[in-house]
Formats: sequence, structure tokens, C-alpha cells
Amino acid sequence: MKTSYFIQEYCHIQNGAIWRNGESLYSNGETDFKTFIKAAYKTLDLDYSKFFKMDHLSKLAFIASDLLLSSDTEKNTALVLSNRAASLDTDRKHQKSIENENGYYPSPAVFVYTLPNICLGEISIKHQLFSENAFFVFEQFQAAYLHDYASSLLDMGRAEKVLCGWVDMDDEKYDAFLYVVAKNGIFAHSKEKINQLYQTPWQI
Amino acid sequence: MADLKLELKEKIIEQLNLEDMSVDEIGDQDPLFGEGLGLDSIDALELIVMLDKDYGIKLADPKEGRQIFESVETMANYIEQHQTS
Repeated sequence: MKTSYFIQEYCHIQNGAIWRNGESLYSNGETDFKTFIKAAYKTLDLDYSKFFKMDHLSKLAFIASDLLLSSDTEKNTALVLSNRAASLDTDRKHQKSIENENGYYPSPAVFVYTLPNICLGEISIKHQLFSENAFFVFEQFQAAYLHDYASSLLDMGRAEKVLCGWVDMDDEKYDAFLYVVAKNGIFAHSKEKINQLYQTPWQI
Repeated sequence: MADLKLELKEKIIEQLNLEDMSVDEIGDQDPLFGEGLGLDSIDALELIVMLDKDYGIKLADPKEGRQIFESVETMANYIEQHQTS
């Protein structure tokens, strides 16, 4: 008999606001990402000095994942994230630093973030995870793909839980929706429910 | 020399994103790596780029960095002795 899985928790970060499990957790109406995410970091009382060294995509993924993993003791939690812009936001910064032949000063600290899956490493380091991870780039949010991939990891016993979702960062446009799939939880793990939660940050 | 040390502290905070730190918290002889400011290998590369970009100093041998980047004071001494721009 096929095992049923559940969505245990979920969160959204978009338009200067943070929601967890449908409830507003933080909002400052700030549209500038750098200002917003720094204020969120302070308000959520996170203490992790390496946070300030991360690029914008990693900061977004880090805060979103921390909302769901900080109180979770399960270490066999796989990470399966996705987005549309890959690491384009940081790629542009790197490109700008090397486009002038007479001022060719690429920043090592920027360069190391020119891959989208680096944010998975940041999450793994913070939460001491040595688990499976994958980062996919899609045109748009793909609930079906994430559903099947997470179910497959759990079916094969490759993980006890899966942190899934979407973390997109492109210039000042940002959108994060993460959720945890486990053997128990509040919603059935279905493609329809994932899509519904993605589209509705507030309580449904 | 005091001006240069202050300038270096400001640059280190800004370019290495040490947002929770102020210049007053960095002593001239505080170790920059390890138990001091806790800088890492990527920060070391940033400091090498900073020497080149802001002071016109290219390190021929990156291993030299170990002594040069020991503290703000050792950096300032090195820059004073080698600055070309």
C-alpha cells in the first residue's frame, strides 16, 4: 500500500511580508529587498553573522528555511528547491565587476554565489544537514514536479522529511514559498494543495 | 598612519559585510582571522583584491597574505611600504 504524506508546515516571503502557516509573522511594507531582509533578520532575532555575507537569493532561502527548520530536530531532511531566475541576480553583479577591461576586479565573495544551489549549502551548514539536495530551474512554479520528487525521496527512504519549494530572486522581485513534507502534518501532500498554498499566503 | 588604519577598518567592514561591527570594535592589533574577526578564506581573497584595487599593490605570492593580513596594523605597514597609487 502506498504511503500517504503530508505538508507539515509552510511559509511565504513576498512584498515585504513573511507568513508562516497562513499567519502573518512580519511585515514592514519595505519594498527594497536589502532593507527588508535585514529588518526581518533582526526582528526574527536570528543570530548568524555569516548571513550578511550571503547574496540575496541565499538570504531569502535562509530566512524562509529557518522559519521551518529551526525547531525541527530531524536531520535527514532533504532539500528540494526551485526558481525561475537561477542565480541571475548575483550573475549580473559579477558581470558588472568584469565588464570593464581597465577595472577588472571580480569579487570572490560575489563569484561564489553565481550558482543557485549555493543557497542549499548555506541551509545545510546552518542546520547541520548532510541530506539529499537538488535545485531545479523552471519557467514557473511546478507543484507536480516537486510533489513527485519529494514523494520519491520519501518512498525510497532517502529522507525522513523534505523541505520543498520556490525561492526566486531577480533584481528587486522576490518570492519564496517553502513547505515541509513528512509522514504526518496538517494537509494532505497533493499537487492541488501545494498549488493552493503557493497562491495563498494567508490562512485558508 | 592612524588615518590609514581607520580607512582600512572602514573598508574591511564595508567590503567584507561585517554589518554588526563598528570601527571602534576592531583593535589595530586584533587578529583578522581565526579567533579575531573570524574572517574566512573568501575574505582573504577579497582583501587581496582590495590591496590591488584601492592601493595598487599586487601580491606576487598569495602566501605572503598570512603575515600581511595578520592585523590592521600589519596591513597598514605593508601598504605604506609598497603603495604605488
